[in-house]
Amino acid sequence: MLDMTPKEIFERKALRINPAKTCQPIGAMYAALGIHGCLPHSHGSQGCCAYHRSHLTRHYKEPVMASTSSFTEGASVFGGGANLRQALKTIFQVYDPEIVAVHTTCLSETIGDDIPSLVKKAREDGIVPDGKYVIHANTPSYVGSHVTGFSNMTTAMVKYFSEKNGGRTSAINIVPGYVEPSDMAEIKRLATEMGLEAILFPDTSGVLDAPQTARFSMYPKGGVKVDALKKTGSSRATLSLGKFASEAAGALLEQMCDVPYQCLDLPIGISSTDRFIEALIEFSGQTPPATITDERGRVVDVMTDMLQYFHGKKVALFGDPDHVISMTEFLVDLGMKPIHVVTGTPGKYFEHRIKKILDGKVKHANVRAFSDLFMLHQWIKNEPVDLLIGNTYGKYIARAEDIPFVRFGFPILDRIGHSYFPTTGYRGALRLLEKMLDAILDRLDRDAPESSFELVM
Amino acid sequence: MSVLLEEPKRTEEFDLEEIVENIIRVYPTKVARKRRRHIIARDPSVPQEIEANVRTVPGIITQRGCCYAGCKGVVIGPIVDMVHIVHGPIGCSFYAWMTRRNQGVPREDGHYFLEYCFSTDMQEENIIFGGEKKLRAAIKEAYEIFHPKAISVHATCPVGLIGDDIHAVAKEMSQELGIDIVAFSCEGYRGVSQSAGHHIANNGLFEHIVGQDDVELEGFTVNCLGEYNIGGDAWEIERILDRCGIKVASTFSGNGSYDEFRRAHMADVNLVQCHRSINYMAEMMETKFGIPWIKVNFIGVKATSKSLRKLAEFFEDDALSKRIEEVIRDEEEKAEEQIAPYRERLEGKTAFLFVGGSRAHHYQDLFSDLGMKTIVAGYEFAHRDDYEGRDVLPKIKVDADSRNIPELEVEPDPERFRPRKDPETLERLRQMGIVDTYEGMMRDMGPGTLIVDDISHFELEYLMETLKPDIVCSGIKDKYVIQKMGVPSKQLHSYDYSGPFAGYRGAVNFAKEIDMLINNPAWSFTRAPWEKAPLIKGAVITE
Repeated sequence: MLDMTPKEIFERKALRINPAKTCQPIGAMYAALGIHGCLPHSHGSQGCCAYHRSHLTRHYKEPVMASTSSFTEGASVFGGGANLRQALKTIFQVYDPEIVAVHTTCLSETIGDDIPSLVKKAREDGIVPDGKYVIHANTPSYVGSHVTGFSNMTTAMVKYFSEKNGGRTSAINIVPGYVEPSDMAEIKRLATEMGLEAILFPDTSGVLDAPQTARFSMYPKGGVKVDALKKTGSSRATLSLGKFASEAAGALLEQMCDVPYQCLDLPIGISSTDRFIEALIEFSGQTPPATITDERGRVVDVMTDMLQYFHGKKVALFGDPDHVISMTEFLVDLGMKPIHVVTGTPGKYFEHRIKKILDGKVKHANVRAFSDLFMLHQWIKNEPVDLLIGNTYGKYIARAEDIPFVRFGFPILDRIGHSYFPTTGYRGALRLLEKMLDAILDRLDRDAPESSFELVM
Repeated sequence: MSVLLEEPKRTEEFDLEEIVENIIRVYPTKVARKRRRHIIARDPSVPQEIEANVRTVPGIITQRGCCYAGCKGVVIGPIVDMVHIVHGPIGCSFYAWMTRRNQGVPREDGHYFLEYCFSTDMQEENIIFGGEKKLRAAIKEAYEIFHPKAISVHATCPVGLIGDDIHAVAKEMSQELGIDIVAFSCEGYRGVSQSAGHHIANNGLFEHIVGQDDVELEGFTVNCLGEYNIGGDAWEIERILDRCGIKVASTFSGNGSYDEFRRAHMADVNLVQCHRSINYMAEMMETKFGIPWIKVNFIGVKATSKSLRKLAEFFEDDALSKRIEEVIRDEEEKAEEQIAPYRERLEGKTAFLFVGGSRAHHYQDLFSDLGMKTIVAGYEFAHRDDYEGRDVLPKIKVDADSRNIPELEVEPDPERFRPRKDPETLERLRQMGIVDTYEGMMRDMGPGTLIVDDISHFELEYLMETLKPDIVCSGIKDKYVIQKMGVPSKQLHSYDYSGPFAGYRGAVNFAKEIDMLINNPAWSFTRAPWEKAPLIKGAVITE
């Protein structure tokens, strides 16, 4: 397994090997699926749309509907305007969505197609029916990562829908970040339990975790409604969860509609969830109900009961920056030692933040943004770890180096559960504790000599 | 939108022409005119034509992918001992990383890169100022870390637009490093589907790698062309051929090896499994080196036997023919015995097949081994010859999209052209339909069946509602759409992470899995007990 990877580290400047990120459009497609009645549309070659749909499908095991402008060589030379017009005509006549959310690709970005004017013309020519929406986000694949694409499409929701009407409602907006349908549902639940009315966008719960009823619906029940998106402009505040995936939308809302925003870490693990709840307390003016405090107490109960299995363990982790930041903090809270930390997404903030979290707790950690799994693997070869945390691609390193492995983040292609069970909030923290313990204890069981094969652990 | 499993399926009673009219009526006028030519209600009594390998209508929701997917993803990616560098932003390389399940093993030298993903990860400045410098550096880094025998370079969409000359970089670096470096201009926008990429990949392999190493091969030798070793298919085919006494010199390109490709031209005959993706290679090798090709189908018990008998006819060796018959007798008996209990439960069931450029044809043979009927089939990216047979080739008009894909001018090699048969024998084998010919899918589909090329999501949904198949075979994008209608779906690209399905043992695996998919009790729970017949009961109680 990964036998060609040498231990000796070779600093690369040009060659990416085994990436820890993918490109913008898939994130835009995922975000757009979080609007009710929306068909994401990929403005580029067919392959982009096919690859993004395929990969999202592998992760969610759900229908992922999206269309493409099907560029050919001609479109690449003369621009994709005609393709987009034809696409909109076909889509509205055959598939009748409420909204089409167009995202660009490296091809249409390099050509320089101006989506807003193409859509404007299409609307004037009657191709976009009255009462239907077409929104767009620029998502050049050569900038940022899939997280950037998610952020750009989420920001487009603000740009196209948020209305400034002078009024202020008691609602708050929550931008949940590039998380699972289960996480979005959990974040909403926590806000509701705190007595708040929350507009969460995007919201893929009820879309990418749809029940099997032997009735296919192209536009499932879930997703944030357009009316709710319009109202985000009159909410009293916005909570953006995750700097990389969510801050831009909150900032634009503030700029456009004077809705103040606060950017928090993704509520993954105990500390960041505490901060999330504290922010909700500020908005609601209420102390949390006992249910929430008890949920928290259960997390702390497991942390204290089982600390011997966590304490001092070395961990390597990789994934999307917002996830990895919160997870690193959680590991430190458990007394663990995250010594190799990687994200594929570019951004110096990531390295600053992780170093700050590790400061005084973990000496000599390897921390890098805009890096890859080849580098992570080489670090692990040079300084082995007790646990590896990351998306499915990590299983190859885990097998090569025989390391207990916990799947976390996007994409998870070989297990289910992520769509249904959150890793956010206190419930999510409990689930992460269980997953880590399972991995660590299964390894202890596997490796224990018969004489010390423990009944009770 | 619901499909009830218990309803009877009676395709013969449906008016297929009416179904087709109902489908196209939904489209805008021009789109309807186009789509009409891609859908054929079979009538074997008259010659029928189908439109294929033309542009997909934007927005229609197609299964199709791009040129890059056909080149790097399908044909070149499976070569195990080369480093395949994708020149472009990260996504293209990321999505083609291990997702196709083309299995492989390292050879003695240990070079094995299937688990790796290489990309130049182009950033904005590379798009603005050009990416050649970064590509050059990436090749150099790959060489210094891995010392591979050869490197391939694949262009993605923006590369063609910004004008990076990947061929010049490949040539220059090849000279500098002293290894083969082959560049493929497989930008996603070329052609109309993956098909363009297959052709470009064939050209590059043929020009730069095939036929470089003249090593005499012993015994009866074949190359398996268009076999990608999904789920280990190539190994089952190899096992059977080996039992017959026939050696596989190389496989294009599942578990493919650079060294084996270099001497592939020394084999006796090429076996063509996936006609669509590899017929170019077969033709070019025949012209240059004199190797004839045989269209085979190792999917299905009877189909495998039929293919082996074609080999017996070709080699004209009594001992070999005898061995082949023995193997067929033995393998068929074992396979049929194991398939029998599944067949009992599957007899009479119906299937839809929408996949590839060959599998929608090949798997009809396997379904018929199971007593099942394929009532609707279509390819994702095939050409007319894959439907109508190669006789139609002279009649196909080359449009602007296909003209952009280079056709190599191939001449017989003055020294190494070696006819495998005398001209009369070759002509006789051609007449018998043994060599250099493919009859296509259409001839195997009788009345009451429908052929749909490049099916759209709407067409799939409508046909499922109307014809109520027992199973639909397609790819990952359709898998859960189909299953959400309460109908099981078998992925025939990735095999649902299973396989092999080729050969005799593969047929048994397939039978077992189709039985599992259709007859698993889980499907009976799609309606909650209170949803099944609540209204009448409710009415009675209210009264």
